[in-house]
Amino acid sequence: MIAISAMHIPDGFLSVPVALLGWALLIAAAAVALRQTGRSLGDRQLPLMGVLAAFVFAAQMINFPVAGGTSGHLIGGALVAILLGPWAAVLVLASVLAVQGLLFQDGGLLALGFNAFNMGVIAAFVGYAIYGWARRLLGDTPASRFAGAALGAWLSVMAAAAATALQLAVSGTVAFEIVVPAMLAVHALIGIGEALITVGALAFIRVARPDLIGAESGQAAAAGSGWVAAGLVIALAVALASPLADPNPDGLERVAEDHGFIEAAQDAPFTVIPDYAVPGIENEALATMAAGVIGVIIMAALGFGLARLIRRRAPESAAS
Amino acid sequence: MRFRERYIAADSPLHRLDARVKLVVVLALIVIVALTPERAWPAYPLYWALLAALAAVGRIGALRLARAAALALPFALAALTLVFTTPGASVVQVAGLTATDAGLARFAAIALKSWLAAQAALLLALSTPFADMLWALESLRVPAALVHIVGFMYRYLYTLTDEAARLLQARTARSAAALGRRAGGHLLWRAQAAGGMVGSLFLRSYERSERIYAAMQARGYTGQPAPLDAPPLRCAAVLAGIGIVATAGTVLLLALLWWSG
Repeated sequence: MIAISAMHIPDGFLSVPVALLGWALLIAAAAVALRQTGRSLGDRQLPLMGVLAAFVFAAQMINFPVAGGTSGHLIGGALVAILLGPWAAVLVLASVLAVQGLLFQDGGLLALGFNAFNMGVIAAFVGYAIYGWARRLLGDTPASRFAGAALGAWLSVMAAAAATALQLAVSGTVAFEIVVPAMLAVHALIGIGEALITVGALAFIRVARPDLIGAESGQAAAAGSGWVAAGLVIALAVALASPLADPNPDGLERVAEDHGFIEAAQDAPFTVIPDYAVPGIENEALATMAAGVIGVIIMAALGFGLARLIRRRAPESAAS
Repeated sequence: MRFRERYIAADSPLHRLDARVKLVVVLALIVIVALTPERAWPAYPLYWALLAALAAVGRIGALRLARAAALALPFALAALTLVFTTPGASVVQVAGLTATDAGLARFAAIALKSWLAAQAALLLALSTPFADMLWALESLRVPAALVHIVGFMYRYLYTLTDEAARLLQARTARSAAALGRRAGGHLLWRAQAAGGMVGSLFLRSYERSERIYAAMQARGYTGQPAPLDAPPLRCAAVLAGIGIVATAGTVLLLALLWWSG
C-alpha cells in the first residue's frame, strides 16, 4: 500500500554508530524547532503542526503517472518549508517520518534518526534556503518565487538522497561507487516531479489564499538557520570522512582495495569484472562525479549558510 | 485507497504488556540485532525463534509476522551491490560480474538483520494501539509537545487521507478515458494537476487546523496540553521486558564471543 521509498532506510542498513549520530542530530534539531515554533505559533503550535503533518502524509498519496507504469508523488520537504518556515517544517516532517516508522514500518526505528534528519531537516533547510535566495537574488516576483521553489524542491530531494546514500555507504551496507551515483541519478528524476508538484501547489495557493504565501518570510527562519546550515555541512563532512576511520574499508577505499586485490590475484584467470579496465575507469569517473555533486551540494549549503549569517548580522547590528 | 491500521486487536499477554516496556524492548532488540557480528550465523535463527515466540504469545503468528516483515526486503537490493564489490574469493559469475564469498555473506547478514528488525518493529505496531504508544513516548521523556503533535497527526491522518482519496477519485471521474484514447494531457499538465490537488489539500488541511484550534479554544485550551494518563508501571511487566532483552542479549554475547569468526 505504501511504496517503499528509496529514502526510507529500514533497520539493518545503518551501523549502530551512524544510527546514533542520526538520532543525536535529530534530537538537537527537534529541540530547536520546538522552541522556535512554540515562540512563533504559541498555542496554535500543536493543532497546526499536527494537522499539517497529517496533510503531508495524505499529500504523498496524490500521484501522477509519469511513464511506464511509474508515478511521481510529493515528498514535501521544500513545500512545507516554503509555506511554514523551516523550523515548523522540521517538526511536521519529523512527525510524518515518526508515524511512518512506528505505524507503517516505512523506514526503521533505529534508522528513524537519519530518516527524519534527511527528509526533514536537510530537505526543509535546503528547500527554504534556495527559495529565499532566489527571491533575494532575482527580486520578489511570482516568477522568482516559482523558480526558487522549483530549484529548492529539486535540490532538497537531491540533498536528502545524497545524505541517505552517504549514510548507507559509511555504514558499509551498500557499495559507495555504485549506489551514490545511482541514488543521485534516480532522485534527479524524482526531484523533477517534486519540483513540478511543489510549484503547482504554490501556484494554486497563491490564487486561492495569497495571504498564506509570503507571510512566513523571515518569521521562524531568522534565528540560526545559518548555523543549522553549517551543522548540516559538518554532518555531511563527518559522513564523508568517517569511511577513513571505519575498520571495514568502504567506498573509494574499497575500490582501491579491489584494484590491489586484482593485481595480487594474478594467477587467477578471472577478474572482478571481466574486461575490467573500462568499467573500472567508468566506476572511478562515476565515483568522482558523485563526489563532485556531493561537494557542490556541500559547498552550496556552506555558501548559503555563510551568506545568511553575514546578511543577518548586518541589519541586526545596525538595528540594535 | 485507505490506510489501514496495522494494529490487530486481541487479548494476549503481549497486547497487555505495558507499552513503555514494549517500546524499550523493541528498540533494544533492534539494537542487539544491529550489533550482532555479520558472520554469527547461529544467532539469526535464535533471534527469529525469540520473535516467533513473542508473536505466538501475541496471537499474531510467527509466519504472518515473517511475511509482513518481508515488506522491508526490496530495500535490500541496494545492498546487493556489495555482493560484487566486496573483496573476497570468487563464488559465482553472474552476467559478467563476480560474486565473492565475503560479499554474499555481507549481503545475507544485512538482509537478515533488516528482516529481523522489521519483525521486532511489527510486533510493537501489531500489538499496541497508537494511543498507548503516545503515553509511552511521553513517559519515556519524549517532549510533550512533540508527542501531542504526533497525536494530532494520528487523529487527523485518516480524515486527511480520505480527503486525498476523494480528490483522486474526483480527478479520475473528470478525466475519464475512452477506449483506445489516453486520459489526461501531457506530463507537465498531469504534474500541474497533481500540484493543484496538493495545494487544495493543503488549504483544506490548513483551514481545518484553524477550525480545530478555534474549537479547542472554545473548550478552554490554553496552550498546555493535558498530560496523557499513563497507568502505573508494574513490576511484572518490567521483569518480562528484562527477560526478553536478556535472552536476546545472551545470544548477542554468544555471537560476540564465539560465533563472530
